Amino acid sequence: MTSNTYLPAGMPIPVPAADGLDAPYWEAARRSELVVQRCGACGSWQWGPEWLCHRCHSFDMRWEKVSGEGVIYSWERPWHPVHSSLKAVGPYTVVLVELPDAGNIRMIGNLLGPKDQDVKIGRSVKAVYEPHEAADPPYTLVQWVSS
Amino acid sequence: MGRRNLYGKVAICGIGESTYYKHGQSPDPEFVLALRAILKAAEDAGINAREIDGFASYSNDRNDPSRLAAALGINDLKFANMHWGGGGGGVAAAVANAAAAIAVGFADCVVVFRALAQGQFRRFGEALPDPTVSGEAAFLSPYGVMSPAQKYAVKATRFMHEHDISRSTLRAIAQASYHHAQTNPRALMKGRPLSGEKYDESRWIVEPVNRLFDCCQENDGAAAVILVSAERARDLRQKPAYLLGAAQGSDHRCAATVMNGTNVASSSFTTVAERLYEATGLKPTDVDVVQSYENFTTGVLMALIEHGFCAPEDANDFFTLQNLSAGSGRLPLNTSGGNLAECYMHGMGLQLEAVRQIRGESCNQVAEANISMNIAGPMVSPVSSLIMGSEETLT
Ligand SMILES: [Zn+2]
Repeated sequence: MTSNTYLPAGMPIPVPAADGLDAPYWEAARRSELVVQRCGACGSWQWGPEWLCHRCHSFDMRWEKVSGEGVIYSWERPWHPVHSSLKAVGPYTVVLVELPDAGNIRMIGNLLGPKDQDVKIGRSVKAVYEPHEAADPPYTLVQWVSS
Repeated sequence: MGRRNLYGKVAICGIGESTYYKHGQSPDPEFVLALRAILKAAEDAGINAREIDGFASYSNDRNDPSRLAAALGINDLKFANMHWGGGGGGVAAAVANAAAAIAVGFADCVVVFRALAQGQFRRFGEALPDPTVSGEAAFLSPYGVMSPAQKYAVKATRFMHEHDISRSTLRAIAQASYHHAQTNPRALMKGRPLSGEKYDESRWIVEPVNRLFDCCQENDGAAAVILVSAERARDLRQKPAYLLGAAQGSDHRCAATVMNGTNVASSSFTTVAERLYEATGLKPTDVDVVQSYENFTTGVLMALIEHGFCAPEDANDFFTLQNLSAGSGRLPLNTSGGNLAECYMHGMGLQLEAVRQIRGESCNQVAEANISMNIAGPMVSPVSSLIMGSEETLT
């Protein structure tokens, strides 16, 4: 299991919010799909998830599948581990990705590949799916690779 | 520009702090630290602590005002105020809220305090041990984004990329704090100066912006300031530090989760700084000395730029140790050593230092410091900042 995921087993397991707000996202990720919020009234894209459209105040927030094409907006490489599962991992790469096809909403993920790879703001990336089947409950992370 | 809201109506008349400790080393529980700081501030002001009739704090301080009032034997508690928001972004707002309460007559003598025993409770820099995460944390923690350093580094990385700002600016900010701490007997980093080489060789916490010395300490302690009306302050022992104005808040969708604020590459101060200058009728060149909360040096860089002290394109020239040092600098910064090198008391220590500059009592006193700015914790929401002034600024 460990060898198939970018960060080791034992990391915090994401579960849907108790009020169900983001459950469709996590369910879609299990199907290897990326869905984000889009307003049924005005068409605005919205992330992170919220019950209300910030632009028109409609509650008709829908979940729309997106291409997963992204651009690196920013990045970082944590060296100092703050979680017990990361103590022996060494530095790893985190990217903040903008989705031009979805109103430039942003998502955080890891940039898969060598952990010390060169990262450039503005570089194109695409979403890939990283299942964590052995976790309880199992979940799938949306991750990013250079495209 | 005109003067609005609080200009000169309320003053800080007393300051106090507990002994500052490395985290986990306080012999006192957190509540005792809070009491010690409050009593010391009352003693400094020359008032009986029973005269305090209001409490204000921020960041969910655990020390409940009603318990404090009972412990101190306060007859008539008139104001108990908690400023919403995590981190140190609310420290200037807490002072402003206390001042507003006095200005409108809710209370007459309000203490603003912060107590932290990260040894008794949990450390800020460690991940929570929960096996599952939900809400915003579900979109961050599984990717290894958990600590404040990890959450904010992407903001600064983008800001420095957009404006082509060198990491030498961050080194200068860190060195200014350590430089000033060397003359401060309260400073935990007194006797541990920071050379450029030592900074450059320190390990990465989060590449490409946070080396070890860019990050605040984690400490145990407490600090407090006491506010009264300007009239009352003039009758007391200390030279009053008048509040000239304050502002709090954050810009459009600042806290939209997973870094989706409209202006994410920011310290969150763009609109707040504008309102602070509007409220006081002052401009950046009027400011004699600045205490700017260092959670990370990156936050100071962006906060000072967003308060108009230098344009982003001039940052590489402006942010030098000499420019930021008391005595030689255009903008003396964090003259007590700040969160990096005095003590991380969630920014309250920086409020005390802003007052000392007005009194003329700093270990790194700026000559003729009449206008003293305090910028609270950057990159969070809401943030806050304020300006204090001497008697000379009231005419
Ligand atoms: Zn809408």
